[in-house]
Amino acid sequence: MTGKKTYQGSSDYVVTEELMNAVNVAIALEKPLLIKGEPGTGKTMLAESIAKALNMELLIWSIKSTTKAQEGLYTYDTVQRLYDSQFGEGNVGDIKQYIKLGKLGEAFVSEKQPVLLIDEIDKADLEFPNDLLWELDKMEFYIPETKETVQARIRPIVIITSNAEKELPDAFLRRCIFHYIAFPEPEKMEEIVRVHFDDVNQELLNQAMDTFYRIRQMKNIQKLPSTSELLDWLQALALVGIDVQKIGEEIPFVGVLLKKNQDIEVMYEIKEKGYSLRNW
Amino acid sequence: MFLSFFYFLRKSDINVSMDEWLTLMVALKKGLAHSSLTGFYQLCRAILVKSEADFDRFDQLFYEYFKDVHTPEDLPEEFWSWLEDGLEPLDREEGFFADTVMKELPELLETFRKRLEEQKEKHDGGNYWIGTGGTSTQGHSGYHISGIRTGDKGRFRSALQVAGERNFKDFREDQVIDIRQFQVAFRKLRQYSSRIDTRLTELDVEGTIKETSDQGGLLHLVYEKPRKNTVKILLLMDSDGSMMPYSKLCNRLFQAVNQANHFKDLKVYYFHNCIYEHLYRTPLCKRNDWVATDWVLSNLGEDYKVVLVGDATMARSELFMKGGNCILGMYNEELGIEWLKKFKRRYKNSIWLNPISEREWPYVYGAETIEEISEVFPMFELTLDGLDKGIKKLLTK
Repeated sequence: MTGKKTYQGSSDYVVTEELMNAVNVAIALEKPLLIKGEPGTGKTMLAESIAKALNMELLIWSIKSTTKAQEGLYTYDTVQRLYDSQFGEGNVGDIKQYIKLGKLGEAFVSEKQPVLLIDEIDKADLEFPNDLLWELDKMEFYIPETKETVQARIRPIVIITSNAEKELPDAFLRRCIFHYIAFPEPEKMEEIVRVHFDDVNQELLNQAMDTFYRIRQMKNIQKLPSTSELLDWLQALALVGIDVQKIGEEIPFVGVLLKKNQDIEVMYEIKEKGYSLRNW
Repeated sequence: MFLSFFYFLRKSDINVSMDEWLTLMVALKKGLAHSSLTGFYQLCRAILVKSEADFDRFDQLFYEYFKDVHTPEDLPEEFWSWLEDGLEPLDREEGFFADTVMKELPELLETFRKRLEEQKEKHDGGNYWIGTGGTSTQGHSGYHISGIRTGDKGRFRSALQVAGERNFKDFREDQVIDIRQFQVAFRKLRQYSSRIDTRLTELDVEGTIKETSDQGGLLHLVYEKPRKNTVKILLLMDSDGSMMPYSKLCNRLFQAVNQANHFKDLKVYYFHNCIYEHLYRTPLCKRNDWVATDWVLSNLGEDYKVVLVGDATMARSELFMKGGNCILGMYNEELGIEWLKKFKRRYKNSIWLNPISEREWPYVYGAETIEEISEVFPMFELTLDGLDKGIKKLLTK
């Protein structure tokens, strides 16, 4: 490895070797890393972990359905300027003070190399990723109002997450390194749980995980419980001190695992019919 | 260097661009593959493959290309040039191949492929139609390379006829037909709302003037939300052989929906007689060019309005038997009718448009399944009149 910075995971985040390699490839090639995976597989936490492990600042740009690409670069507060001119306040001639940099802009001007997380890029409009091609490629943009070019001093490490709600454009994909976080196998899951709770009762954990993976295999459930739901559930179970044997039969606090009434009904239906989990 | 692998991938569905390939070369130069085949595999996948849906395909191709490599000497020339620092023992056996390729390729798929090849040749001969002995009671599980299955006693068609022609190419291929009438009908399918999840982006001129005068001339800008159509459509079309006689009609419908740009979102998928585990992306209904039906159900919100188009005629088994799926090798664990009900449960506003005219429903082949399906979905005939009624149904809350 020739790069100066390599990511090895951090104490509070369990990382597979593949993912670690993907991160290091992205860092070495200075390309954005696109992370996909089921909700709750720790996509967002990856960026936090990288920032922590490499001791960098983390900038988070979370995308909503209304987010425009421009907002990540800068916004020009025309209305404030209009008001100021009406009251004769401030130096209206100085456009600069009405230009505010967005997260991408901040990452570019940062003195030290930051980690930039563009969270849930698929939430935005279909054209959104295309609007960022140039900026992510060249790591610079131009502000016509001030005739200035903002250029990255050091290329930030860019992590992009997607829940695959929308297909991303090819041109965008071509520029990224891609990694899909698969849902953790039981062994890996146990490791993850241990990172979060160090003193969990082994038997409780076994029972809970068994039930959890059984529910996950019921195909009719629309919103499958994920890692974060398992963690919440374990916490709830441990707090109340439930009889370990009953977890599988009664599934206490089922609302923590399944968030839709419909899913809960379906789950009980399947359980009652007594279908073995393999069939579903 | 290494170009043969590049062209091998390009030839086989994984569309690797020049840019990506060059990136891979840079990565290799930087030693990011760690001089091992596993490292190389991971690197290739991270850079060249951009969808988890292609992972399996990539694994197969990678395996195929490197399968004869058992000892370091077997590696292609080019491989050596970048693996200068001696090879680690190949980790193919216990590593990723064993897990991803070998186990997950059920034997079934293999037999399926063999049979398909065999059948293709015989088809070219021109007069042989494989009876596959499928599970359908009507014994008509014919299969054609382009994904056309035919009903055995269709009113207008024989298996041979349908198989020979390949009329069901992409619906999108533009045809100049007068689709205006359909378009007009779809115009009615709108629900305007300014209560959409968006920002106040439009300048409300009247509001601004009023507010500014109220403030004695002090500028006060007022914004409002834009009004937009909030209707989202999920169009599911039957592209089965028995739909052949109606292809023109369906084509027109498709064009009309596709050109109507006033929907907030439009998703189109295709199915084969009945819906099972997968929905196809193209009317050719090719394997692997599909999405999981569960994915659609969980990712498209319940506010989508669903329009199913199909003749709803099929063998009873296709609705009510496990493995009733008429396509060879596509065993379905869950009954067809259950899949349809799932759609109904998820999407309250859904209709079924049937190109067979309503008068004939009780008498045609498949009358029984038409009846069963119309108990799940409100069914309308695919005429202007029927479409109008259907759209009204879609808009009721």
